[in-house]
Parts: sequence; structure tokens; C-alpha cells
Amino acid sequence: MTSMGLAQAAYADDYITLASTTSTENSGLFDAILPEFKEATGIEVRVVAVGTGQAFEIARRGDADSLLVHDTTGEQRFVENGHASERVDVMYNDFVLIGPADDPASISEAQSASEAFGAIASAEAPFTSRGDDSGTHRAELRFWENAGVEPDGDWYRELGSGMGPTLNTAAAMDAYVMSDRASWVAFGNRQNLTLLFEGDEVLFNQYGSLLLSRDKHPHLKHDLAEQWHKWLVSKQGQQAIADFRVDGQQLFFPNAK
Amino acid sequence: MENNNAFEVALSLLLNLDASLFQIVALSLQVSILAVLIAAVLGFPLGAAVALWRFPGRGGLIVVLNALMGLPPVVAGLMVYLLLSRAGPLGDWGLLFTPSAMIVAQVVLVLPILAALSRQKVEELLGEYREQFVSLGMSRLRMMPTLLWDARFALLTILLAGFGRASAEVGAVMMVGGNIEGVTRVMTTSIVLETGKGNLPLALGLGIVLLTLVMLVNAGVYWVGELTRRRTG
Amino acid sequence: MTSFNASLQASSALLPPPALCFDGVTFSHEDKQLLGPCSFNLDGTGPTLVMGPNGAGKSLLLRLAHGLLAPTQGRVAWSGEGRPRQAMVFQQPVLLRRSAVANLTHALAVNNVPRRTRVKLAYDALERFGLSASAHTPARVLSGGEQQRLALARAWVLSPQVLFLDEPTSALDPAAIKAVEAAVREFHQRGTRIVMTTHDLHQARRLAGDVLFLSGGKVREHTAAEAFFDRPVSREAQAYIAGELVE
Repeated sequence: MTSMGLAQAAYADDYITLASTTSTENSGLFDAILPEFKEATGIEVRVVAVGTGQAFEIARRGDADSLLVHDTTGEQRFVENGHASERVDVMYNDFVLIGPADDPASISEAQSASEAFGAIASAEAPFTSRGDDSGTHRAELRFWENAGVEPDGDWYRELGSGMGPTLNTAAAMDAYVMSDRASWVAFGNRQNLTLLFEGDEVLFNQYGSLLLSRDKHPHLKHDLAEQWHKWLVSKQGQQAIADFRVDGQQLFFPNAK
Repeated sequence: MENNNAFEVALSLLLNLDASLFQIVALSLQVSILAVLIAAVLGFPLGAAVALWRFPGRGGLIVVLNALMGLPPVVAGLMVYLLLSRAGPLGDWGLLFTPSAMIVAQVVLVLPILAALSRQKVEELLGEYREQFVSLGMSRLRMMPTLLWDARFALLTILLAGFGRASAEVGAVMMVGGNIEGVTRVMTTSIVLETGKGNLPLALGLGIVLLTLVMLVNAGVYWVGELTRRRTG
Repeated sequence: MTSFNASLQASSALLPPPALCFDGVTFSHEDKQLLGPCSFNLDGTGPTLVMGPNGAGKSLLLRLAHGLLAPTQGRVAWSGEGRPRQAMVFQQPVLLRRSAVANLTHALAVNNVPRRTRVKLAYDALERFGLSASAHTPARVLSGGEQQRLALARAWVLSPQVLFLDEPTSALDPAAIKAVEAAVREFHQRGTRIVMTTHDLHQARRLAGDVLFLSGGKVREHTAAEAFFDRPVSREAQAYIAGELVE
């Protein structure tokens, strides 16, 4: 089976497998920065884009050489449990609130994220939630909690889907939805949806890169993965992230320390 | 309006067959065709053997094979994932997130279809041929190739059913292939990806391209089948 | 290797055809005894015609003799060493979904005849049975008479020492019946023991050397053909020949 032509191309040795999230993949960030990394180091990065939970699971089982996700608490626990030896901040983007253009809950006038979420709940305006235990879903639940709301009832729809399908559903239902900015800007099927609330600092969404444990997974390509990990926080890597634009908008903000 | 748009997209995709689309198309066909051929080499003799031999647990095996025809692709994907994962029993092979893993997953999906349907067909044929075979002094083992060859037109249709399942499924290849651009991205996983990005016309356009390909394969097989049928009955 | 056929023909020409012995044979299905007990010897030259009313057990007897069925009690034995080479032609010919010639080469391949010899033997047999023009026709689109001739040709290439025929002409028109009967005589002349069932008295008169008469699952009479037709001994045979309805 490994003698297949295409598979053979896939067996070039200088590559690593990166487990990451759909938000980064769908935005086109990797298409922009991976060629630069390859040019600098000769290393190809193969991205498996899945939900944050699944990305952790892939890394825990030793099926990926590197991990880039956005769930800081989960990432720190991953290091504490010995699956990874190091975690660094790489960049952030932010979450935005999307809804129908006529904005029945008037969230565009809200002063804070908590106020906006509270307005949706008290208007009982339709809201579509990822409901898939992803990083975005966990963040959304936190914001409801901050607003002092228990999201429940006919207006609150848990989909159990990725960001894209959730946006598609919201567009079809004229519902509110919380999205990461990158997915929203790259999203092509907006119909009546528009961006209604943004900018509150609590909505910032931190991405981290993890260096996986050499002890637990000796077979991984740690040396290559380390080059990638270091490049991301290097001057060149941070610049590449900052330079990535969709429709003239910067989507990810490098913030390595 | 959107549909027109999708047909236009599909047409321009086909006309300006760019390198990355060509690679996706080629990989889709390569994975599904290889999976179906491997499943046929294993599944047809298995189906014929179950038709020919009587052994304890045979009824149970037939029920299991029939039931596995409805195995959800994502479950097949999950099983193969756990098998090929580094932490799994075949982890050392390093096949996860490669086209080979996708082939394995599709073989798991297609094998029961080929085995169950060929078992049924071969058994039917055996009922007709049995006395003649015994009269000729044929062993069960010797009956197998004769039955498989005489069932060839039905087997061809069964093969196409298997190919249809393989080329249409997305759950298994997504899980074990990882939808890695340029490595394991196939038509169905591209469609899921583009749908997720909200590029519905492009997703539908890719769907039309996939449908066209599947139709071409079917037409080719049908044509070959008819030609040989006319020549050899 | 010298021709498979030639060596067989030599052996069958030198030796008398093997004799068939039924010794207390019965056959039951789901506790119902359908045949026997039967004891008889087929050791003349034949052809042996197995006759009797419908349901008498003629086809069962043939299948037991050929080994397609195993007797419930008693045994079926052959004279000489081992089991003789045998073939069977069925009422409805069972032909493979392949060309006429491929049906013959398949039967030869099953009998381990070398590939080169197969094709020659197959074409010779097709010619003998008047099927040369249909060699590459799918067997299943041949007419009923041609299909039965192909079944006979398939038996022919195997050079059987014993040939069983189960009502081989019951579905055929007169011209086809004539061809089948001619073929049966040819087998007989080659030294093949013929055991054939029929319900056609005229056909039996034309072909029979001896007659095995069955009714109600039992052998009522086994005599030379002339004796059977002129002076049947059993009451059932008398009634059968007289054209009465016999159970």
C-alpha cells in the first residue's frame, strides 16, 4: 500500500504533523505562513484541523508531532500532566458576536460582552451554539456565566457542530452566534448576518503552541517540531502572523513574550 | 440562483483543472479504487466460501456480514483510528494520517458489502449448479472459482455498489486521513471543508465534479460489462 | 502425455463396462422412505432403461447410483477397482454462463486434462454433436435441443465408463430427440454403460438392452428388453405397458 505514487510523495522525511483547530485552518492562516516556514527550514507542516478536544486527544495518543490550540487552561493542564514539556503564547484573535442585521436584541448598543449576552437571553432571541465542547464553545459558556445567565429554552440551540456549520445554521435561522473573528471574516455564506458586537477584552482568544513530551512519545519528530515551535515565536514567525490579512483585515495578533 | 452558480463553479473547476484539484481528484479515485479492489480480493472469496461451506456459526456470520453493510463510516473510521494510532496495536506502522490509512478504513467499509452480496449471489448460483458440479467430481474449493466467474456480471454490479460507498463516504477518511492539504485531502473532505467555510457554491461545485467522476467510472464499468456479456454470455 | 481420450478409449474397449450393484439400498427423507429396499445387479451390456410411473423413484435411483445422494441404508458398489469414471445428463441441462466450447474445456480442466489437449478435445466433441458453428455462442442462448447436445458433448469429452441420463428428451421436439438417441447409441458403441430413465415406451423399445422397472419405490422387474415388453411378469409392469394408470 505504501508504494502508491501519492503516498510516496507523502513519505518525504522532512515533515511534521500538526494538530490544530478548524478556526486557524479555515481562516487561511496556515496557507499564508507555512510556505514561509518551509522556505526558512525546509520542513513541511501537515495540518490536521479538528476541534480542540480532539486535537488534545490526537497529541495525547502520540499521533501528532506538535500542537497549536486555543484553550489556555486545557493547555496548562496538558503540561502539568506531562504530555507536553513546554507551552508558549503565540498569538490571539478575538471572538465576535454575529446576528441578523435588524438586531432584535439590540446588542450593538451593549457596553460589554456580558451586557450583550444578557440582552440576547432576555430577548430570548434565537442563538446557535457550537455545543461541541470545543475551545470556542467553552469560551461561550464562560461568557453566559459572566452575564449571569443559564442559557436554556427554545431560543438556545446547541448544534454539536464545527464553527462553519454553526455559522451556516445561524444564517439559515437568522440567529445570533458567537464566532472567532477569523472564521467569520473568511466565511462566505453570510446572507442576512452581520457583525454586531466586538472589542471587549474578555473576548480575546489566546493561542498557544505546545512542545510534546520526549519521554512519553520518543517516536515523534521532536527536533523538527521544536524548530516549528521556536519559529512561531521568533521575529520572523510573529511577523508572518501579523502580515496575514483577509480582505485587508488582520485576523491574528502575535503576542509571544 | 445558488445552484446555477454551483454548476458554473463546477464547470470552471473541470475546465481549468488546476494542479491542486487534480491531485484531490486523483487521490480520491486512487484511494477508493484501491480499497474496492483489495476488498474484492478478500470479500468475494469470503462470500463464496460462506456460500459453499457449512460450519457452526455460519448463520451468525451471515447476519453479522449483512449488518455490517450498514456500518456507519465514522465508526469504521474510529476503529481504524484506534488501531493505527501510535497508542494502538498497529501504531508502529506509522500509517495514521496517510492515504494508506484511508484505504484501510474504506476496505473495512466496503468488505462487508462485497462479501454479503456475493455470498447471496453465489449461493443462488450454487443451487442451480450443485448437482452438475458433484457429477463432475468437483471439490468445494474447485467450485469457488467457477461460481465466482459465472457470477461475474452480478459481481461487477456489487463492485460498483462498493465503489459508490467508498467514494461517497467522508466520516472514515476524515478521521484517519486528517484532511491534510496535499496529502490526504479528497473530494468528500474538501466538500466538508468548503461547506464549513461557507463557500457553498464551491462545495456544491466540488460535489458535482465528484458525481461526474463517479458516473464516468460507472459508465466505464457498465460498458466493459456489456461488451463482455455480449461476447461470452 | 498421450491423448487423454485415446488412453481411455483403449481401456474401455478392452474391458467390459463396470457392473453396478445395489445391495439393500433405501433412501428416506424426513422419516419417509422414498425408495427401496432395492437390490439388483447391472452387469449386462445394456443400455439399461429405468422405467416406471411418475414418482416411482427413477430419478432417485439414478442419483443414488451416480453418488449425488447417499443411501440411507444398504450400499451402492461397482465391479472392478475404485469408482468408475462417470457422467450424468439431466432433464434440464445445467450449463455454465459461458460459451459452448468453454463449457467443455471447463469440464476437462476440472478433470485435470492439460490445457493444450482440452481445446482440441472440446472442438472434436462439438463437431461430433453438430455444434461447431455454435462454439462461441453463449451456452444459455442455444435452443433446448442444442443445449442437451452440448450436455452430451460435455459428457463425451470426459470419456465416462458409465453415463446416466435422467429423462434427457422429455422437453425436446422429435428432431432433437432423434439426435439425443443417436448420441446415446454412440456412447453405447464406445463401450460406455448407459443407465437412462424415460417414461416414453417407444423410446425404451428403441434403445433398451435391459429394463429396470420401478413402481412405488421398489424394483418390480429387471429383465432383458424383449422379455419385458413381450411378457412382463409383475402386475404393475403389465398394467404400465397396457397404458393403465399405475401408482
